[in-house]
Amino acid sequence: MADKTISEARGDDSSPLAISLDNINKTFGSVQANKDVCLSVVPGTIHGIVGENGAGKSTLVSILYGFYSADSGTVAISGEPVRLRSSADAIAAGIGMVHQHFMLVPNFTVLENIILGHEGGSDLKAGGRQAEASLKGITERYGLSVDLQAAVQDLPVGLQQRVEILKALYRGARILILDEPTGVLTPQETEQLFDILRTLKAQGVTILLITHKLKEIMAVTDFVSVMRSGEMVDHLQTAQTNPQQLAQMMVGRPVLLDVGYQAAQAGQAMLNAEHLTVTETSGVTSLSDISFSVHQGEILGIAGVSGNGQSELLEVLAGIRKITSGTVQIGNRKITAEQPASPSEVKRLGLAHVPEDRHAMGLILPFTAAESAVLGYEYADLMGGRSPILSPAVMAAHCKTLMTSYDVRPAEPTLKSNLFSGGNQQKIVLARELSSQPAILLVGQPTRGVDIGAIEFIHKQLLAMRDKGCAVILVSVELDEIMSLSDRVMVMNEGKSMGIVRKADTDIQEIGLMMAGVTAAPPRQQKAK
Amino acid sequence: MADLWLQFALTIDATLRVATPLILCAMAGLFSERSGIIDISLEGKMLMSAFAAASMAALTGSPLLGLAGGILVSVMLSLIHGFACITHKGNQVISGLAINILASGLTVTLGIALFAQGGQTPFLNKSERFTDIVLPFAEQAEHVPVLGTIYKEIISGHNLLVWVALFSVIVTGYVVFRTTFGLRLRAVGEKPEAVDSAGVSVSGLRFQAVIIAGVLCGIAGTYLSTAHGAGFIREMAAGKGYIALAALIFGKWRPVPALLACLMFGFMDALAARLQGVEIPVIGHISTDLILVLPYLLTVILLAGFIGKASPPRAIGVPYIKER
Repeated sequence: MADKTISEARGDDSSPLAISLDNINKTFGSVQANKDVCLSVVPGTIHGIVGENGAGKSTLVSILYGFYSADSGTVAISGEPVRLRSSADAIAAGIGMVHQHFMLVPNFTVLENIILGHEGGSDLKAGGRQAEASLKGITERYGLSVDLQAAVQDLPVGLQQRVEILKALYRGARILILDEPTGVLTPQETEQLFDILRTLKAQGVTILLITHKLKEIMAVTDFVSVMRSGEMVDHLQTAQTNPQQLAQMMVGRPVLLDVGYQAAQAGQAMLNAEHLTVTETSGVTSLSDISFSVHQGEILGIAGVSGNGQSELLEVLAGIRKITSGTVQIGNRKITAEQPASPSEVKRLGLAHVPEDRHAMGLILPFTAAESAVLGYEYADLMGGRSPILSPAVMAAHCKTLMTSYDVRPAEPTLKSNLFSGGNQQKIVLARELSSQPAILLVGQPTRGVDIGAIEFIHKQLLAMRDKGCAVILVSVELDEIMSLSDRVMVMNEGKSMGIVRKADTDIQEIGLMMAGVTAAPPRQQKAK
Repeated sequence: MADLWLQFALTIDATLRVATPLILCAMAGLFSERSGIIDISLEGKMLMSAFAAASMAALTGSPLLGLAGGILVSVMLSLIHGFACITHKGNQVISGLAINILASGLTVTLGIALFAQGGQTPFLNKSERFTDIVLPFAEQAEHVPVLGTIYKEIISGHNLLVWVALFSVIVTGYVVFRTTFGLRLRAVGEKPEAVDSAGVSVSGLRFQAVIIAGVLCGIAGTYLSTAHGAGFIREMAAGKGYIALAALIFGKWRPVPALLACLMFGFMDALAARLQGVEIPVIGHISTDLILVLPYLLTVILLAGFIGKASPPRAIGVPYIKER
């Protein structure tokens, strides 16, 4: 069932649709992940699907790639009705998939990864040689060169993704699905990926791009379909829409994409880190010679591709991880390798920590919201000081207050923590930490897996804390988040600081190069790669 | 001097005999664990197949039928392990442990029921066993110095299953590293999602791997009761399955290093046997018990710290469940 937008755009073209989904339904337990979903994708176009976390995008593409079978509905590929019961069926139908988490065997070579499952005979060597020959054609045609003999684990993420694309093309994919492909890429790598996608499109490959980033939809797609709570909201031509409209469709109400950052005057330094170095027991140096300070009334953003030492930095500052050398000074207290501080001591020094992984460190999922809301603050005056007895009534009342002021839904303190949505869980953690009136606030990935409405709220809270004089350290892999909230930005690459820049003096391009470790700033010099 | 040399050659010869079940079990474990399935049931499978092979040989008089019986029973246990761990995503260590306990009890119970000899099987005559194959000219070679001794004492005079064990190392190396099946096997133990998304069945591969492990364990068990020994004795596996597992880990899940580790454990065992009652200069008499404990002690010490950084297959022990 072709929708109106698509049929209007195509005019008289009667060639079969690349993908045609009709009334797809899929239920997991009591959750309807896909509800009467229809989708038409024109061959040779880049078609985007946007939606928030949990909108049903991933379920939909998993059905298309044969990972799950739909409860009802039909799938047609290039006009032919198909039954996709396994990935093998999908591959046979000409569908290739680049997963959000790469499906690569880390200690295999690029070539081994590409031929896995399609080796062409039982003798590995002969199959490898054949594959190499046909891959040569593919790499030249699409401009996707990569060293076939390199071990995948030694390649940068951007190249690993290229291997995923090559893998799909080698298996004869004419339709390529990319699920959140830019999450782990620097802005430059993202641009390169888009160039590849455009080349593929020019060669007649149909591309289905799944993302929650509106900017990417606008930059590269021809058509866009919006999903919300398991349903298709609308199908649009990208040229005839804008991010504001798309965001509104995703959320179902008008949203503010800009939370209204205004520059502010920073006060005295609250935390000084000097020459911070952390060496793991495995011998790997996860942080090396990091120095910075953060001031009253300032947000210091820490940017970087995931896994470049940001998590370790947060844990060191929060007292969870030990310093190998260097110092962290908070007030008069100098924290060093010889005089480490525990998380509770750091907390007493006025530091609050919203951890990156709220499921592992922020909350205890099977505990009630009231219990999660006092974690780490069991001995606060509010809870009766040093008394070892906790009153459930006090805890519930405290939680209820927090829930009301942070708009947690449902505002029900006795509900288990894991029954709240990602956004509401994050609000509980944030409420707990902010209510201690910290002088220094550490925030890791505050909006990961959080819906747009909650993002807006969380961002406003962070700015409000800053305006109240709190020194905020914000770690995020979402560069847009860093750019919209920070006063200054420190960029990390491979455990090192690539430099600190004032937001007013920089742009995404420069930060992207620093994230890639290409340039340090200041001074601005090209370093040979 | 010549006497010492002969003693050494005889020890090496014994090493091969003792190491044979270790080698077979280590290769069995290699297939299973490379596919991501922990196999501590090597022990139980070997014990059960030792019993099955001896019973079969005693009842039919044919060692080859004994071998067939040993393999069959071992493969059946593998399938139970697979059913629990692959089909039903159970805990692999628990399942393996259950099989070991089952084998330990069932062999004795069945043994008493069938033969009424206190859990043992009847003594197997020469015709019911795999007998030593004396290579041509072995007797004549005795008079050639060095090479002659090597030929007669070490190379000649082993039964068929010793050769099968050594051959299994070459085959394992070839299959795992040179064939398509091997590529998929290694991939499924490292990153099953990658195999699944390539359109290949994760469960299918893992079942193939545990079945191969079953076949090899079956040969190992048969060796114990119908080649190395002359009948089944209760608990005759005596921890060899665990030592093979240790050798596999010590050899970092690679065929040749695992073989060398098996030979080393075998050598310790053979040496212990040789040193019993022997007067050693300076030290004097060594307690028999102390010598017998050596291979096990070595296992603990090696595993505790001397193997360096062993990197097991990444997905080992983790049942594959498609994520939501």
